[in-house]
Amino acid sequence: MARAVSTNRKIGFTVAAWVVALLIFFPILYTIITSFKSETEAIAGFSLIPSGTLESYAEVQAQSNYFKFFLNSVIIAVGSTILALLIAIPAAWSMAFSPTKRTKDVLMWMLSTKMMPAVAVLVPIYLIFRDTGLLDSHIGLTVMLMLINLPIVVWMLYTYFREIPGEILEAARMDGASLWGEIVYVLTPMAVPGIASTMLLNIILAWNESFWTIRLTTTNAAPLTAFIASFSSPQGLFWAKLSAASTLAIAPILIMGWFSQRQLVRGLTFGAVK
Amino acid sequence: MKLNTLFLGLCGASALAFAAHAETITIATVNNGDMVRMQKLTDDFTAKNPDIQLEWVTLEENVLRERVTTDIATKGGQYDVMTIGTYEVPIWAKQQWLLPLDGLGADYDTADIIPAIAGGLSVDGKLYAAPFYGESSFVMYRKDLMEKAGLTMPDAPTWDFIADAARKMTDRAADINGICLRGKAGWGENMAFLTAMSNSFGARWFDEKWQPQFDQPEWKKTLQFYVDLMKDAGPSGASSNGFNENLALFQQGKCGMWIDATVAASFVSNPKDSTVADKVGYALAPDTGLGKRGNWLWAWSLGIPAGTQKAEAAQKFVSWATSKAYLELVASKEGWANVPPGTRTSLYNNPEYQKAAPFAKMTLDSINSADPTKPTVKPVPYVGVQFVAIPEFQGLGTTVGQLFSAALAGQSSVDDALAGAQTAAVREMTRAGYIK
Repeated sequence: MARAVSTNRKIGFTVAAWVVALLIFFPILYTIITSFKSETEAIAGFSLIPSGTLESYAEVQAQSNYFKFFLNSVIIAVGSTILALLIAIPAAWSMAFSPTKRTKDVLMWMLSTKMMPAVAVLVPIYLIFRDTGLLDSHIGLTVMLMLINLPIVVWMLYTYFREIPGEILEAARMDGASLWGEIVYVLTPMAVPGIASTMLLNIILAWNESFWTIRLTTTNAAPLTAFIASFSSPQGLFWAKLSAASTLAIAPILIMGWFSQRQLVRGLTFGAVK
Repeated sequence: MKLNTLFLGLCGASALAFAAHAETITIATVNNGDMVRMQKLTDDFTAKNPDIQLEWVTLEENVLRERVTTDIATKGGQYDVMTIGTYEVPIWAKQQWLLPLDGLGADYDTADIIPAIAGGLSVDGKLYAAPFYGESSFVMYRKDLMEKAGLTMPDAPTWDFIADAARKMTDRAADINGICLRGKAGWGENMAFLTAMSNSFGARWFDEKWQPQFDQPEWKKTLQFYVDLMKDAGPSGASSNGFNENLALFQQGKCGMWIDATVAASFVSNPKDSTVADKVGYALAPDTGLGKRGNWLWAWSLGIPAGTQKAEAAQKFVSWATSKAYLELVASKEGWANVPPGTRTSLYNNPEYQKAAPFAKMTLDSINSADPTKPTVKPVPYVGVQFVAIPEFQGLGTTVGQLFSAALAGQSSVDDALAGAQTAAVREMTRAGYIK
């Protein structure tokens, strides 16, 4: 009897999980479906069956060079992630293994910077970028996205590092490992799952960031977020084309997420259940 | 073989030298049919100007406005040509953020620009942006439904006629709404429509001393009329409808009338997209007999920021894109119906255009009947028909738009919305120093 209740609950949770997953995924699914409709079909009302036309994709590619935007997205997302990890690993190490009485405050302060509305610092940042010649440059945007995501990266790595027993590092020290050797040869290999999931999450966050990527670029460094924005129009119906542009923009990150979902889930739930 | 190698080498070197010499100008623009078409035709410009290369940045209207405003205010220098509207031009020209367009060439024919449009883009008699396409607003209506209702649309209807026709055309069972009007909140959304409508009811945003006027009976009449009409004959969820939503409804045959931008005429009369293409008639925006009609005036125009280092090349591009020759180029490639409308008088005298665009005369009459320098029945201290050309208007217009949209949705009363608008306007105008 107890087993029957448990099975029912299992089925209930599974159904609930599917419903929630479908609800979350449905807007993306409908965007993909709309991208295979003509503009007339797209405005005709709700329908899950498209005519299958590829005209929107052809027009999107004719209007903008997708691969240029794609390449910029890759450079900026991967570059900012590598840069963030280079800074965050030592920072998280020190906070996890050599905490001071202010460590928690520092962590909280770092996280609190994420609560500030980005638009509040738009003009100062824009002026700094203008004066340093970083407007519309890969390096400027890479640094900007690294700074935006750094608090989350530090926090995630700090959580993973805290799970690693300090005794192992002590043993390494006893065996004569230097600080650098301790981080590179002992800590990092043990934290690979955590670092991998942090890296994946950071790439996704950087890929999707639109506020700064649209505002600090024009042509040279504009990534896929700018590509999508160029198809939005308040005067004229471009819904099918906008959907095609969105599908092209999210496809790489969806594929990457699909193949790395095991690492992502493992990383995100790491340390969540004690 | 050696000669071939030498020839190829020389070609390569020449190409490199040319690329190094070519000047690249960056153009910020919006995503609409006419602008996209221009991007496709830029080979014509680069063939005529091989020393100038073009880079395009296309953005959604509001993002574009924010980006170019930030760039021009901080002298960021990211753009050499900007697509701006009649709202920005007088404000930016007074700030000396734009270069006057005095080098457009001997054959440009500035006098051919429609006077009302040229007036909206000039400050102290100098043109600060060249119109790429211009628009007013007018009534688009279903001739078959009008006939079914036993009515005949006059060329210049009154608001009472429009209200009566809308109620008679409404057939909820057949999913036909008598009238579709903008309801989505925003200074360029519902407030563009309602400000123009209020002009015809004798209302104004401010008196000569910049005192807000939402507590006056003219505004009450305007908003009450609009809310009542939409309740009786408008579509459901109208408070979320902007241009695109109403366009979709009209094209699907769900609106008896639609009062909106004149550029919409080419969409609703295009059989490829519209199910009612052969049933659409046009009339001037309505009035109440006070001497002003409820139509606006807008022109997407090309301006050159004062901070550009490539002013000469930018002027060449602006001259090409807004010239008579460009209209002929579009006509030769895509037909007269696709020519950007509303900028040049000569276009409306062209019999081929008149034939291709049955709404041409009504568009020109609508544009000519809007006067941005005298937009209201009573005197005002500002210019602009559907906006007030002051920097504070974007924020204030959107705040008031939200209040009016809430009244349309039934979340507040007309009186409460007007009281809220008056309070917000007094606060903002006092803060900005207009009210001493």
